[in-house]
Amino acid sequence: MDIIVCLKQVPDTEAEIRPTPDNTEINYEGIKFVINVYDEYAVEEALRIREKVGEGTVTIVTLGPERAVESIRTALAMGADKAVHLDDAAFLGGDANATARALAKAIEAMSYDIIFCGKQAIDDDLAQVGNILGEFLNLPSVTGIVKFDLSEDKKKATVQRQIEGGIEVLEVPLPAVFTATKGLNEPRYPSLPGIMKAKKKELKPVKLGDLGLNEGEVGKKGSLTQVLKYSLPPVRGAGKIVQGDTPEEKAANLAKLLREEAKVI
Amino acid sequence: MSLCFELSEEQKILRETVRNFAEKEIRPICQELDEKEEFSVELTRKMGELGLFGPFVSEKYGGSNMGYVSYIIAVEEIARVDGSQAATLAAGNSLGIAPIYYFGNEEQKRYWLPKLCSGEMLASFGLTEPNAGSDAGASRTTAVLDGNEWVINGSKIFITNSCTEISGVCVVQCVTGKRPDGKNELSCILVPNGTPGFTARPMKGKMVWRASNTGELIFEDCRVPKENLLGKRGDGFHQMLSTLDGGRLSIAAMGLGGAQGAYEAALKYANEREQFGRTIGSFQSVAFKLADMAMEIEAARWLLYYACWLADNNRPFVKEAAMAKLYCSEVMHRVANQAVQIHGGYGLMKEFFVEKYYRNAKLLEIGEGTSEIQRIVIARQIGVKGGDWWTGVTKQ
Ligand SMILES: Cc1cc2nc3c(=O)[nH]c(=O)nc-3n(C[C@H](O)[C@H](O)[C@H](O)COP(=O)(O)OP(=O)(O)OC[C@H]3O[C@@H](n4cnc5c(N)ncnc54)[C@H](O)[C@@H]3O)c2cc1C
Ligand SMILES: Cc1cc2nc3c(=O)[nH]c(=O)nc-3n(C[C@H](O)[C@H](O)[C@H](O)COP(=O)(O)OP(=O)(O)OC[C@H]3O[C@@H](n4cnc5c(N)ncnc54)[C@H](O)[C@@H]3O)c2cc1C
Repeated sequence: MDIIVCLKQVPDTEAEIRPTPDNTEINYEGIKFVINVYDEYAVEEALRIREKVGEGTVTIVTLGPERAVESIRTALAMGADKAVHLDDAAFLGGDANATARALAKAIEAMSYDIIFCGKQAIDDDLAQVGNILGEFLNLPSVTGIVKFDLSEDKKKATVQRQIEGGIEVLEVPLPAVFTATKGLNEPRYPSLPGIMKAKKKELKPVKLGDLGLNEGEVGKKGSLTQVLKYSLPPVRGAGKIVQGDTPEEKAANLAKLLREEAKVI
Repeated sequence: MSLCFELSEEQKILRETVRNFAEKEIRPICQELDEKEEFSVELTRKMGELGLFGPFVSEKYGGSNMGYVSYIIAVEEIARVDGSQAATLAAGNSLGIAPIYYFGNEEQKRYWLPKLCSGEMLASFGLTEPNAGSDAGASRTTAVLDGNEWVINGSKIFITNSCTEISGVCVVQCVTGKRPDGKNELSCILVPNGTPGFTARPMKGKMVWRASNTGELIFEDCRVPKENLLGKRGDGFHQMLSTLDGGRLSIAAMGLGGAQGAYEAALKYANEREQFGRTIGSFQSVAFKLADMAMEIEAARWLLYYACWLADNNRPFVKEAAMAKLYCSEVMHRVANQAVQIHGGYGLMKEFFVEKYYRNAKLLEIGEGTSEIQRIVIARQIGVKGGDWWTGVTKQ
């Protein structure tokens, strides 16, 4: 079983995100970066499958700047076997299409039975890369899985998705692309011995030329969409405490405010 | 290019991992464990799974061979959230694992270390006695060789990790005879928990480290095989001093981490709490407190990392370890004090995290050599001439 996990490094959820002064980019200065949380589920699931099957490899594929290496090493420390880093300025700043094209090109050359992605990256929230990757590779893709079961003969998978009001169960022939979401598993922490081992694992940098792509096909230049500007949401005003001596009085005052000030009733 | 303050990639990942672990696994339950004065086997096992026991032990015995800087970062990050769990970890490593690793023979190492490094078992270090605290050489517990067995009699007090469900062995410092110079010959002997004649009972009612296990040990004609001697007969005093040198680094890490945790809480509170129509952090007296806290923590951190760097590079670190232990614990004391101050009345309530740091800080100025003893060690190291009795607390 060869499993590939696409992993993205994103700003920590607690980081304060601001646009650059000209509002065309995000100002990443001083921000802490982590593995995208949905990708952690993907890594964990891949490791569990490999452990259950008892053979195979888990390969991390990451497109991102140099700093992403720390996140890649973290995934290796969790137990992944090796990694490929699409590490070229030309790859950066792309939309989902451009990113998926580069990833697909890199993955094409590799051996795989299963490809996992996170459901979405928590920074740009596109939730598209997994599907587009599936299209480029001409594979079936299933989004947002919460359960993964491999068939006896390892030729198909039965997966579950959470849908409005229930669970959807699907059977998919392998190879296929799956995007992972909360509920799939509880990701492990990298252990100290794991961190030490990760240091010695293969982490292969891949440049634009290595993939046989040209600049116009990836990154910002290869994107079908362009970001015009970023802006912060309007600052939320202070809350209002409804006055009154008794619950009845408070309720009456609340109703009054809803009618006269908020004009919602 | 030889002065470098950059942590390695592994150390950065380690810090991040342990911080996440402490936030997710320890923070939600540590207040309750502290309140109930309850040791957690589960958290200890989880720290074991993470590989936090044995970071300076070679892979061959189940360690991760990451060295002292890494070890100390791990303790620091646990202590940032909870002193008790950090105590379990630091004592388990520096007092439990270290003497066996550094002084045990091959057989002892192979037998004990894998279990200790996995966190399924804890070892303790039995040095302090009711009448031998700072004057650790004054131990009265005796071990007499009777055929192929040591027969141990005496008692120990304040022994961390000595009487939990998973406490497996205690390294006990005993008087095994008289030296030619008339002083007591001291040796360390491995006494497995459960050996007949060895009773360990928890000491309750602590102000500090309430969720860490502290025990009182009694030995009554307790017999263990002759082979349980750690290292050579008569090496006990030297082993003890050397163990405490390493232990001081971990106590210092607890001071550093605790100070960091209290400071972060105070900074957050100062930016949120409003009085007189503005956040209290905007009052210069509060802002200056925070500035001083940040500065002292930074100074403490680099003094400690320097001492660890010396240890990792096989250079003498006795003086620096004592300095780091003394400074980091006193920094935590000051920082926790000001953190409570900044929290006003709320700082005194258990619901607000800072009162725990305020209590825990005090232990660090007492355990593994009081602040006074650290000053003696430093004074001797820097060449102050002292009386003969100094050799009782410092290396000769
Ligand atoms: C929670 C906890 C956990 C512990 N864990 C362990 C453990 O795992 N193993 C272990 O062996 N011990 C352990 N200890 C014991 C600890 O190391 C001792 O408490 C410590 O060494 C001080 O000894 P003492 O309490 O007997 O105080 P004393 O030695 O009686 O000291 C009392 C006061 O006198 C001062 N003093 C003593 N001698 C001098 C001097 N020469 N010059 C100036 N001042 C002096 C001291 O600084 C102190 O202020 C632990 C203690 C606690 C509280
Ligand atoms: C056990 C206990 C018993 C109490 N009993 C009573 C009682 O019987 N009756 C009663 O009315 N109250 C009582 N109190 C409340 C006590 O008086 C307040 O806790 C105290 O006045 C501080 O207020 P605070 O806790 O809101 O802190 P805050 O006012 O929020 O202060 C937080 C921090 O900000 C600093 N700060 C605030 N303003 C400034 C400023 N302008 N310049 C510089 N620094 C500033 C403070 O010095 C402090 O360090 C009690 C409190 C406790 C803990």
